[in-house]
Amino acid sequence: MHDVILVQSTTHAIRIEKLLKKAELQVKLVPVPRHLSSDCGVAVRILADERNRCEEILSENSTPFEQIASLKK
Amino acid sequence: MIYFDNAATSWPKPDVMLEAMSHFVREVGANPGRSGHRMSAEAERVRYGAREVVAEMFGLDNPLRIVFTPNATAALNTAILGILNRGDHVVTTSMEHNSVMRPLRALEENDIEITEVRCSPDGTLDPDEFENAITPKTKLIVTIHASNVCGTIMPVREIGAIAGEYGIPYLVDAAQTAGTVPIDIVADNIDLLSFTGHKGLLGPTGTGGLAFAPDFDIEKMRPLYRGGTGSRSDTQHQPDFLPDKYESGTCNIVGLAGLAASMRWIREKGGVGKIREHEAELTSRLIEGLGGIDGVTVYGTKDATKQTAAVSFNIRGVSQSDAAEHFGDEYDLMCRVGLHCSPAGHRTLGTFPNGTIRFATGPFNTSEEVDAALEAVTKVAGE
Ligand SMILES: Cc1ncc(COP(=O)(O)O)c(C=O)c1O
Repeated sequence: MHDVILVQSTTHAIRIEKLLKKAELQVKLVPVPRHLSSDCGVAVRILADERNRCEEILSENSTPFEQIASLKK
Repeated sequence: MIYFDNAATSWPKPDVMLEAMSHFVREVGANPGRSGHRMSAEAERVRYGAREVVAEMFGLDNPLRIVFTPNATAALNTAILGILNRGDHVVTTSMEHNSVMRPLRALEENDIEITEVRCSPDGTLDPDEFENAITPKTKLIVTIHASNVCGTIMPVREIGAIAGEYGIPYLVDAAQTAGTVPIDIVADNIDLLSFTGHKGLLGPTGTGGLAFAPDFDIEKMRPLYRGGTGSRSDTQHQPDFLPDKYESGTCNIVGLAGLAASMRWIREKGGVGKIREHEAELTSRLIEGLGGIDGVTVYGTKDATKQTAAVSFNIRGVSQSDAAEHFGDEYDLMCRVGLHCSPAGHRTLGTFPNGTIRFATGPFNTSEEVDAALEAVTKVAGE
């Protein structure tokens, strides 16, 4: 199961990707699922199991995001 | 050939700069921040890499606090016009470049009052006098970090401490010092640092930016431009977060690829401190040599530890344009003469309206070149 972090901008996406990779979490940049946002651009896909850890890391590194949504598959 | 015009723009550039730019155009190509595909993400990684290396050089942890602009002028205009409102007061110095003074003069028409704190004839500033200029209406303090005319370095840390005490944002014009003098935004008490990429940072023209201190509240500053950012495309209002608030329009991503490569090159070669050492050595040799030539007047502190590599002088009885022509024709020596976009600086030094001859060395110059230039000056002065 995956979750997806919706970000403020692609700059934030790259920052989040770097921070999570450094913490050895699974991360992939994906196009924003259209049903989640009207915006173009990228979102950050993570493992649903690692969501809490991700939130911790982003908050520790003063990195805001819009929201984390679950991707039902 | 001797290039002594590094204060206008640095030359040569590290080879890696051009390689990175060429690689970007050939292999990456896409517009960062605009689309979700792999190439666009890669372009954003390149831009983020540039933010990282800039943040690191200026002592910031968070690369999101770096905003890119086309040059220092755009960064200064963004901050000055974005912060000041009708009825406000701003404190600056009598050594500023026109990139600060022209936006300020234009604001005078909107009832914004300017106090220019007078510097000594060698360009130095007494921070105590600065404090006396602050009023309850002061909403911005802006100073040059080092003069582009004579290199004199301002007591930025002291001014920043005063600004901090009064809770007034402090904007520093680091056009001459980014890449040539170590800067730590937090330790130096700076709120906003404007820099240009094509001088001391050894990057291409068309790059520059504004670095935001961790605690600077961006609600205090309007953007200069508003437009497409690739983010929040569902709304017609400008994003209110960094860096997008101040980065509308497609950026010079090719230039930023080059800037990042040049700055990494600086880091690999030992960092800004190493460049500072090299330039101070050349500057000292130059100042000492010029001082020993009959008829030559050197301006500024004449102390390489108190200035950058920009050295201004005049030769008695010789017009600057004749001197420059002679340097060019006989010695293939490039320098800049005149007022250097700084009538304020030249008034302070007592060299307005005639100006000075400026020799500005850089990381690639050598002491042999300094000696050859001194020989050229000796020759011209003796004729
Ligand atoms: C002190 C100073 N401020 C601002 C600028 C403007 O830089 P740019 O031309 O890159 O905008 C310069 C250089 O021209 C400068 O020397």
